[in-house]
Amino acid sequence: MKLNSLDPRVNRMELSDENPYKDQVLHNMEHWETYEVFHQKKRGTQHLHCGIVHAPNADMALLFAKEQFARRGETSNLWVVKTEHVMAVDYGDADIFETTPEKVYRDPSGYKVMDRINEFKKKQNA
Amino acid sequence: MSPEQIKDLRQLLYRLADDQLIIGHRNSEWTGLGPVLEEDIAFSSIAQDKVGHAHALYQLLNQELAEPEPDTIAFMRDEMDFFCCHFVEMPIGEYDFSLIRHWLFDLAEQIRFDAYAESQWLPLAKVARKIKGEIKYHVFHAETWVKTLAEGTEESKARMQSALNEVLPMAFGLFECKENNALLAEAGLITAESALQSQWESRVKACLTAWGLQWPSQVDASRYLGGRQGYHTSQLQPLLNEMTEVYRLDPSAEW
Repeated sequence: MKLNSLDPRVNRMELSDENPYKDQVLHNMEHWETYEVFHQKKRGTQHLHCGIVHAPNADMALLFAKEQFARRGETSNLWVVKTEHVMAVDYGDADIFETTPEKVYRDPSGYKVMDRINEFKKKQNA
Repeated sequence: MSPEQIKDLRQLLYRLADDQLIIGHRNSEWTGLGPVLEEDIAFSSIAQDKVGHAHALYQLLNQELAEPEPDTIAFMRDEMDFFCCHFVEMPIGEYDFSLIRHWLFDLAEQIRFDAYAESQWLPLAKVARKIKGEIKYHVFHAETWVKTLAEGTEESKARMQSALNEVLPMAFGLFECKENNALLAEAGLITAESALQSQWESRVKACLTAWGLQWPSQVDASRYLGGRQGYHTSQLQPLLNEMTEVYRLDPSAEW
């Protein structure tokens, strides 16, 4: 039987409705690797992680990153980094972060310095 | 500009814009069928950019040379009033065919519009400068793919070479009709077609050498000429039928 699709392009290919790949097994390494993508909106600002692309090499990862993550809006630069080159904390060790929300004295909102900064600026301008 | 120059300029813009529209439509046929998700999106975006380039050139025809609205030009003309080359009409084939065509087309486009950016006819120079960055990405995309596959496995290399042997003769259709542009070139309005072609040939040859591919021993372009005079392959009419089907249901509809 021929594959019957709503898409005329698929019908033009006259494909059989039997899956030709049904016995094929994909092994490790037959998949493309992943690259982490970092997007910079304006030059001089941070590159922010925005997602992942599959690619066979770094050049191709940049090609794909451009269309996946910089296809609309403003962009000044992109980075790609092989996922396996990212060193990460083990989620099992997340207890190292457990008490930090309590340390409110490290929160910059605790410092009341704007008056002094403004006073300093005024002096500089004078 | 003299009436002769205006006539030649109009013809030139029709050829260039029709090439862009038809290759844009052809390549958009890969949407949803591309080899992997990321490439599907990238190739579709490039195809969409080409339709945008066609639109910019049809707008020039409309605003500067008193031709009809872009949509009317794109969707209401008969086949023989299109002046695209046979190269862009050919079906997408397999991905090797489409990639090689994409590379040869975009390289030629880059050389052409880099030259036109310096045109004495400012409206054309403005369009050329605007689309320069997009074309640069298109060439980057094409070269990365062709290079990766040419330097890949025995199979991928053989497929790049055989696609090149098939596609290269067609690509010379891009530079058909050199004599029509001679007046414009003399006046400094555009770069001569023969100069663009020789630059393109040397860039193609340099890439092939670097990637270990061969310029085919026989390149017979004569079978693929005629598009610039309105003589097309049997592939164009079915494409036009599909492309214009919705627009022609009601050409006065507001979009």
